[in-house]
Amino acid sequence: MRFRFLAPVLTFSAIAVIMWYALFNLDPSEIPSELVSKPVPEFSLSGVPGYGPDLSSTDLKTGKITLLNVFASWCVACLAEHPLFMELKKQGNVEIYGLNYKDKPDAAASWLKRNGNPYVRTGMDEKGRVGIDFGVYGVPETFVIGPEGKILDKIIGPVTQDIYEQRIAPLLQGNNS
Amino acid sequence: MRAIFRSGLVATIFAVLVIASAGAVFVEKRLDDPAQETRAREISEGIRCLVCQNQSILDSNADLARDLRQIIRERIVAGDSDAEVKTFLVVRYGDWVLLDPPFKLRTAILWLGPLAFFLLGGTAVIMFLRGRGSAGDVETLPLTAEEEASFKQISPDDKDELPK
Repeated sequence: MRFRFLAPVLTFSAIAVIMWYALFNLDPSEIPSELVSKPVPEFSLSGVPGYGPDLSSTDLKTGKITLLNVFASWCVACLAEHPLFMELKKQGNVEIYGLNYKDKPDAAASWLKRNGNPYVRTGMDEKGRVGIDFGVYGVPETFVIGPEGKILDKIIGPVTQDIYEQRIAPLLQGNNS
Repeated sequence: MRAIFRSGLVATIFAVLVIASAGAVFVEKRLDDPAQETRAREISEGIRCLVCQNQSILDSNADLARDLRQIIRERIVAGDSDAEVKTFLVVRYGDWVLLDPPFKLRTAILWLGPLAFFLLGGTAVIMFLRGRGSAGDVETLPLTAEEEASFKQISPDDKDELPK
């Protein structure tokens, strides 16, 4: 009875804590992927001219963990993650496949010429239909794909060193050890 | 006169811009069958745009929204039912794409949350009002014998005479 005046204070504090958490720890633009732990959708695409062979869903069943990176020459955030992929290619830790989303073949080729090609294979998804089958709704997105072609994780937005260490590297180590 | 002419010109330009931007939402090819086109629009209205999030893909100008509208049309032409078209999208993007999500364990908070808040708030209001009511009763409690005695002492029966 004596502490009843605290009720509004406590209510306010509880709401403030929930909102603070939601504001700083939840990302509304990150839509949970339906495809995690499902096999990659079937597709077959021709490659970016001059940059590696074609890409189809069977190419992603490699027996080891690979990355499928959705990129485009018009995508600014793709430039931010590109140096990391070049570094990963140099280290040889993981093979990266490129899904070129809604791009023109010439534009994609000159983008790869200018910035370097970290991809083993590339596929040109000119109409964006394969992207939609993958549940892609923005570029860049990166899928971590298991040995049997199953999607293990999906990273929305550019992959940073932190994300690589926290989400991709543990999967790679778990599989190779 | 010139002012009227100028405001008329501004209004005309504004009207043209509004009409042009309204038309921009539907620059894509519609279905020949009006019934099928209506169905496509009705489904599109219930699908959330993944880029703009709080718009339906029918209202959205985003590239992806246009692609999804086109896919909905294709599925309808291919003979899918409304439910099958929605399933096609849910498989790819999850329940998230439905503006009217189904009641599931995962969406229970979404559906029951407002009701819970309403009940909680209602209970609090009732408790508050009751508390106030009883506080009023305290003021009109009858005097205790002691109080009455002291009151009689300072205010004797003869009202005109104050005690000295």
